[in-house]
Amino acid sequence: MSAPSQDVATRNGVFVRALIYALLIVFAVYYLLPLYVMVVNSLKPLDEIRQGNMLALPQQWTIAPWLSAWSTAQIGVSPTGLKPYFLNSVLMVVPAVAISTVLGALNGYVLTKWRFKGDNIVFGMMLLACFIPFQIVLIPSARILGLLGLAGSVPGLILIHAIYGLGFTTLFFRNYYEAFPTELVRAAQIDGASFFQIFRRILLPSSGPIIVVTVIWQFTNIWNDFLFGSSFSSVDSIPITVALNNLVNSSTGVKEYNVHFAGAILAALPTLIVYIVSGRYFVRGLMAGAVKG
Amino acid sequence: MSFLEIDNLEKSFGTTRILKGVTLGIEEGGFLVLVGPSGCGKSTLLNTIAGLEQITSGEIRIAGKRVNELHPSKRDIAMVFQSYALYPNMTVSENIGFGMEIRGIAKPERDKAIAEVAQLLQIGHLLDRKPSQLSGGQRQRVAMGRALVRKPQVFLFDEPLSNLDAKLRIDMRTEIKRLHQRMKTTIVYVTHDQIEAMTLATKIAVLKDGVLQQFGTPAEIYNNPVNMFVADFMGSPAMNLVPATIGQSGSEATVELARAGAAPVSLALNGASDALSAYRGKEVVFGIRPEALTDPDGADRNAKHLVTTDCHIEVVEPAGSDTFAVTNLGGKGVVARLRADARIKPGATAPLTFNLTKAVFFDPATQERIA
Repeated sequence: MSAPSQDVATRNGVFVRALIYALLIVFAVYYLLPLYVMVVNSLKPLDEIRQGNMLALPQQWTIAPWLSAWSTAQIGVSPTGLKPYFLNSVLMVVPAVAISTVLGALNGYVLTKWRFKGDNIVFGMMLLACFIPFQIVLIPSARILGLLGLAGSVPGLILIHAIYGLGFTTLFFRNYYEAFPTELVRAAQIDGASFFQIFRRILLPSSGPIIVVTVIWQFTNIWNDFLFGSSFSSVDSIPITVALNNLVNSSTGVKEYNVHFAGAILAALPTLIVYIVSGRYFVRGLMAGAVKG
Repeated sequence: MSFLEIDNLEKSFGTTRILKGVTLGIEEGGFLVLVGPSGCGKSTLLNTIAGLEQITSGEIRIAGKRVNELHPSKRDIAMVFQSYALYPNMTVSENIGFGMEIRGIAKPERDKAIAEVAQLLQIGHLLDRKPSQLSGGQRQRVAMGRALVRKPQVFLFDEPLSNLDAKLRIDMRTEIKRLHQRMKTTIVYVTHDQIEAMTLATKIAVLKDGVLQQFGTPAEIYNNPVNMFVADFMGSPAMNLVPATIGQSGSEATVELARAGAAPVSLALNGASDALSAYRGKEVVFGIRPEALTDPDGADRNAKHLVTTDCHIEVVEPAGSDTFAVTNLGGKGVVARLRADARIKPGATAPLTFNLTKAVFFDPATQERIA
């Protein structure tokens, strides 16, 4: 009696499953198509692109566009390639991410484990900082950077990004530490550990997932930022996003699409790598605060 | 003078008063249990002793020294938390040694102290494990080890057994008592379980709504509760508290207990105290513990004043070691504790013996003890 009906159910199950997979594959292809186009065209000579078939694999493989984009292409007025700007971005992103993550962790620690009168108001105001549009703070920021003598420099960009990221990093760490048992902090207090000892020895070792989330989030945002980069940089502090724009918009000679594609991939590569390396922790970390245990 | 003294302690959060003028003390080597229903302020009181909560006014003294302003680590106390609070990223031995490490004690000395404690608690084979690899009972032991290794003047326990299953809880209870007998260190212990309080304590403090209700030895608390709250809270099954009137039969004072569909039970008091005589003709609450209300053969032969009367038995609950019978007096179910093999049937009438030497009386309005 039950055997045949179960059989039908299984057959239906297989059919539904096949349908789901087919749909998923279609969407995956659809989303991966732009990346595919960029990769294949960055490996073709310019002539092949001009023939008009964007989707075809290269007939003649070449890495010349990549080398050109990296070190010789015309960026604005000088033929330097993206290399110096890539370095600018690294010099900007690494300290900015480190500073905003460390300060966010300390804020989260204080806001959950060393509560004071009005702590929720402070947190609310920091949260609000996440929602202030970039454009509003452009002119005040420029003024302050000028006063500090940091205008048009990499440290200036670091300062702006670190401060702007603080709202988010504080939010992440506060919500994570909120679920962290307060009794552990009390036990450490009785054991005689100081404010920073408790942070370093008790909280930080358990903060892996949320650190990964914060670092990915901050790295991606700061690396990809264009507005601050174009507003607050001078010739020798331009980040890669702005340089990429200059590369594509350089109006001398022919448009070297293959070089542009290679440059765009180069500019996107670090965020891709960060995500691929630690992406699975990202989801795990985002979930960690949500469900207890 | 007591070893640990708490003097007129007040604690408020904003305008909410959590502890309202608590005063008590425990001698050196004593075992003080703070007991009360949830929200009575007992854990807050413990946290103020530990220094984890600031107090609003009053004074706490350990060995005659005021500790109000001292940091928790300077008070010479150790605490075992309800959740055990083991550092999840450290091994058992690192957990136990963390305090010593912070105080800058050299590694060989630390290892020696850890080994001693591990042997005492039989956790030597667990020293390299992380807390997540331990069972509840093992975590409990490690938490106690972390406290023991400090050799403090006062141990503080915050409901340490409430996360264990019933059987393990009883084992660990015995173990804590054994440990106390061996170490002779002063202990303050918070629980909501009145049986834990009775079995462990040398002194019990019963709290309700931040007010100390009664402070005394377990026997005092059990036999001479000062009010109806303490009488009802301590003991399992709880004390029977029955509305009654003080009457008179000849020159003798009696207590009258109403019964549904029958004449009231009248028990001669064999000479009432002055306090109780003042209530003649008035309503009182008659309190009698189940073990003082028995079948005639099971009654305490040494009791000075026994009265036997027939009661209608409504429910019989055999519990193995005893049989509990419920009868109706004064409009309430009254539990009697009979011998296991007492011949008794529900729905029938059976003689029950009241041990009136053990009976207590309360004023129904103030809930305070009369006699």
